[in-house]
Amino acid sequence: MLLLSCPNCGPRNVAEFRFGGEVHPRPAQPAHLSDASWSDYLYMRANTLGVQKEWWYHRAGCGLWFLAERHTQTNEVTATYRWQPADTTPSI
Amino acid sequence: MSLKLLKQALNTAAPLPRMWRARELKDHYDVVIIGGGAHGLACAYYLAKDHGITDVAVLEKSYIGSGGSGRNTTIIRSNYLTPEGVRFYDESVKLYEEMAAELDFNVMFSQRGHLTLAHTDAAVRTMRRRAEVNRLQGVDSRLIWPDEIKRLCPPIDISDHPRYPIQAALYHPPGGVIRHDAVVWGYAAQADAGGVHLHQQTRVTGLQMEGGRVVGVETHRGRIGAGIVLNATAGWATTIADMAGVRLPITTFPLQACVTEPLKPFLDVIIVSGSLHVYVSQSDRGELVMGAAVDPFASYALRGSLSFIEGIAGHMLELFPSFAPARIMRLWAGLCDMTPDYSPIMGFTPVEGFLVDVGWGTYGFKAAPVSGKRMAELIASGQTPDLLRPFRLSRFAEHDLVGEKGAASVGH
Repeated sequence: MLLLSCPNCGPRNVAEFRFGGEVHPRPAQPAHLSDASWSDYLYMRANTLGVQKEWWYHRAGCGLWFLAERHTQTNEVTATYRWQPADTTPSI
Repeated sequence: MSLKLLKQALNTAAPLPRMWRARELKDHYDVVIIGGGAHGLACAYYLAKDHGITDVAVLEKSYIGSGGSGRNTTIIRSNYLTPEGVRFYDESVKLYEEMAAELDFNVMFSQRGHLTLAHTDAAVRTMRRRAEVNRLQGVDSRLIWPDEIKRLCPPIDISDHPRYPIQAALYHPPGGVIRHDAVVWGYAAQADAGGVHLHQQTRVTGLQMEGGRVVGVETHRGRIGAGIVLNATAGWATTIADMAGVRLPITTFPLQACVTEPLKPFLDVIIVSGSLHVYVSQSDRGELVMGAAVDPFASYALRGSLSFIEGIAGHMLELFPSFAPARIMRLWAGLCDMTPDYSPIMGFTPVEGFLVDVGWGTYGFKAAPVSGKRMAELIASGQTPDLLRPFRLSRFAEHDLVGEKGAASVGH
């Protein structure tokens, strides 16, 4: 993957971006979580082998944090788009 | 070994016998180890040798040593940052020192000295702290200044011309390099001789569960019943753990390395720079073996990139201007399972019968002997050995991490 398409700036060299990790919604009410659920949220990851929804930051460009869908084995990017609240709906 | 070799050299009729046999897949093993790398093979070897547990299978989806064990840059050292880490890796160095005799196989371990350069005041402080922690654990490790660095490594540039001049180094004389294929082959041969079955080209497709415990492994060659299943994979650790419903705090990143054309021997020591994110040693064939930090984004892709080559060449020339004419001949990548604290995960999981030896980030190869020996002890006794307790999976739920980032993130 040499090009990543920023929703503002269009296709740019991936070196302009910073990888922000898999999308991992923050719990709705952290204060009410059990210790086990909280440490699960803090540390555990899906580490998907396949298409993954993930964060990217256009560090050397417009400064936008946005989302991408990328296959983690082929690095093929199928979509990049702006964040919407539904993208990070808490699961716990 | 040398007499055997001499006899073989004079014997033109017969080739050397196979080092391990191809076996029929049995329908049940007491212990099934997933992953035929140095870790899985070492564990199988110690199960047979130390504990008399020989009903063991090692399943490898490709050929043995085809993963991280054949892709690392072979550096072995124990100058870590935490007492838990130093104790653990120090036992590994000691096992590597005895390995050639233990396995009756020349693993070509060359303890030539390991230097971790410091280019900033903050890095000098970290090196000083590491040196003190190391010495308290009885590990030979000390801070040295540019004049001594230059004596140990004449080609290095210690002037104030580079952007990040060298200020000091952590010097670790027992650090060295080894022939990684020989380590894998030695363990495989001795595990086979001990009665362990090695199954190459055997891909695990699922785990069979019964009443919340693992009872078997599904492979593309058929089902195998199992008393205990050990996940000793790297890169694919979470895909196997998913089959048991076990969540791991792991993200997989590629790590690239490269070698130059062979040059005459001139670089005696191993040079690492955490600030510049590069390290280099010269192999017995004369190639400069160079590596860097993990790639900037998570992936399972084993690909090289131009940005890696540009970065490593630029930083290497800051340390060694004389490397400029050397041509890079080969480039490859391996997969690194990174954990939040840059320490591995070994031992029991919430699923009975399912054990892990995973999360080996960029430091797995150097730990293979100790992790194999102690995981075998854990399997045989059903108890976590003291040396492994800091690295249990439950440390994350207990917020009791073993932070090794300062000593493990680049300093292979």
